[in-house]
Amino acid sequence: MLPILILFLSMLSCNNSKTKQNPQLKKSIERGATVYEDFCMQCHLPDGKGVPQTYPPLDNSDYLMNKRKESIKAIKYGMSGEIIVNGKTYNTAMAPLGLTDAEVADVMNYITNAWSNKNLNMVTVNEVSKIQP
Amino acid sequence: MIPKLLYLIPLTFFSFITCAQDKNPVNTNHDYEVVVTDLKIPWGFVFLPDNSMLINEKEGQMIHFIDGKKTLIEGVPEVYNRGQGGLMDLALHPNYKENGWLYFTYASTEGEGDGGNTALMRAKLKDSKLVEKQLLYKATPNTTKGQHFGSRIVFDNEGYLYFTIGERGERDVNPQDITRDGGKVYRLNDDGSIPDDNPFVNKPNAKKAIYSYGHRNQQGMVVHPTTGEVWTHEHGPRGGDEINIVKAGANYGWPVISYGINYSGTKFTDKTAQEGMEQPLHYWDPSIAPSGMAFITSDKYPGWKGDLLVGSLKFQYVDKCVLKDGKVVKEERLLDGLGRVRTINEGPDGYIYVGIENLGIVKLLPKK
Repeated sequence: MLPILILFLSMLSCNNSKTKQNPQLKKSIERGATVYEDFCMQCHLPDGKGVPQTYPPLDNSDYLMNKRKESIKAIKYGMSGEIIVNGKTYNTAMAPLGLTDAEVADVMNYITNAWSNKNLNMVTVNEVSKIQP
Repeated sequence: MIPKLLYLIPLTFFSFITCAQDKNPVNTNHDYEVVVTDLKIPWGFVFLPDNSMLINEKEGQMIHFIDGKKTLIEGVPEVYNRGQGGLMDLALHPNYKENGWLYFTYASTEGEGDGGNTALMRAKLKDSKLVEKQLLYKATPNTTKGQHFGSRIVFDNEGYLYFTIGERGERDVNPQDITRDGGKVYRLNDDGSIPDDNPFVNKPNAKKAIYSYGHRNQQGMVVHPTTGEVWTHEHGPRGGDEINIVKAGANYGWPVISYGINYSGTKFTDKTAQEGMEQPLHYWDPSIAPSGMAFITSDKYPGWKGDLLVGSLKFQYVDKCVLKDGKVVKEERLLDGLGRVRTINEGPDGYIYVGIENLGIVKLLPKK
C-alpha cells in the first residue's frame, strides 16, 4: 500500500505546484471540472481515456496537447471527419455542445491539466472568442 | 517481484472495465440501403400520409424529405441547443389525415431562469411552414445542465399522448419527487389537457401530467403491437440501462435502486430492488446507451416478427432483442458499426428505418 500512497501524494503535490503560480488558472480548472462532468464524461470517461475506436482519449493525447486551436474549435463548434490521436484514427463526430466561450476555456484548462496532462499556458476567454468555425 | 505484480491485478481489472464491450453476436443476415443522406443527428422522424418524411435534426432544423429532396420547414420554435438538448422527437396524431396535428419535443428556454428544459408543442404543417403552434407542456425549472432531456413521444391505442422527460442531471432532486418535473413519463390528452384518470390528479402539488416516475433518461418509447402497453427504455448509469413497461403511478426506482454504478466507478446505491419500486424487464451491463425503439410487426423479415429493436449509441448497432415470456432471451447486432443509432421506426411499408448519426436514415432489408 505504501508505494501507492506515496505515488498518490506525489501526484497531489504535483497538481498543486503546477497551478500554484496562477490562481486564475486554478479557478478555471475547477469550473472546467464541472463542465467536463456535465458534457464530456459520458463519452470520454472519468479517466479521460475514451473508448477504443469510438471516442478518442484526452489523457496523454497528442492531438489535445499539440493542436490547441483545433481542440478549442472542436469544443466550441463540434467536430466531424477523421482525426488521428496517438497514431489511431477516429471518425465519430462530436455534436456542438452549446457551451459559452468561458465554459470552453474552463473545460480546456481542465482537460489539459487533468490526469497526466499538464499545460500552464492558460486558455483564455479572449482566445476562445477569436476562434472561428 | 511478486508483490509488485499483485498491484497489476486490480489495474488490469479496471482496464477491462473501461474497455468493456458487450458480447452480443453480430447478425449479418440482412442488408441495408441509405434512403436519406447527410444528416447529423436525426433525433426523430415520421412518415407523412404521402410517404414523404419529416426529420428533426437535433441542431434545430425540421426537414421535409420528399422525392429525394430536402426542404427546411419554417416556423420551428427556437431551440436551446446545448449538451443533449435540441430539437428532438416527432409524432403524428393518430388521426393526422383528418386533423393535421404534428407533435414534437425540443429543449426550450421559455420561462424564468437561465438555461432550458424539455417542451412539447403541437402544430400543423402548411406550405412548408408550422402554423397554429400550441405549447402543450414546458418542464420547469430551466437549467444550464446538459443532460437528460428524455423527449420521446407516442400515442397509445386509446389516443392518449405519452412523452418522457429525463431528470436533467439532478439525480437526487427530480426523479423521486412528483411535485417536480424530470425523470418522469407524462400522459396528456391530445390537446395537452390532463386526463381525469391520471394517477396523481388528486395529489396536492403534484405535476398532474405525471404517469410514472423514478426514471433517469428515456430516449426510447414504443407501444407494444399486441398488448397496447407503453414500453420505454432508459439510459442508466454505468451498467444500468433498462427496459420498462410503463404502469400508471409506478415508481421505477432511480436513483434508489439501480443495476448501475457511477461513471467514475463509485457506487451510489447498494440496492437493486426495493418494495414499491418496479424491476426492469431487462437491463444492460455494460450499458449500450440506448436510443430509439421499435417492434417488428410486419412479415418483411422472416423469423423476426415480434422482435424488439433498440439502438445503441455507444456501440453503434441496432440491438435485436428476442422476447419470450416477458424476458429478453437473445440479443444480436444488426447494422453493426454504421454509426451511433439514434432513432428507429417501422415505416408504413413494414420496413424498419433507422436514423444513424452522421450518416442519415437507413432502410433495413432482408438478405437477398
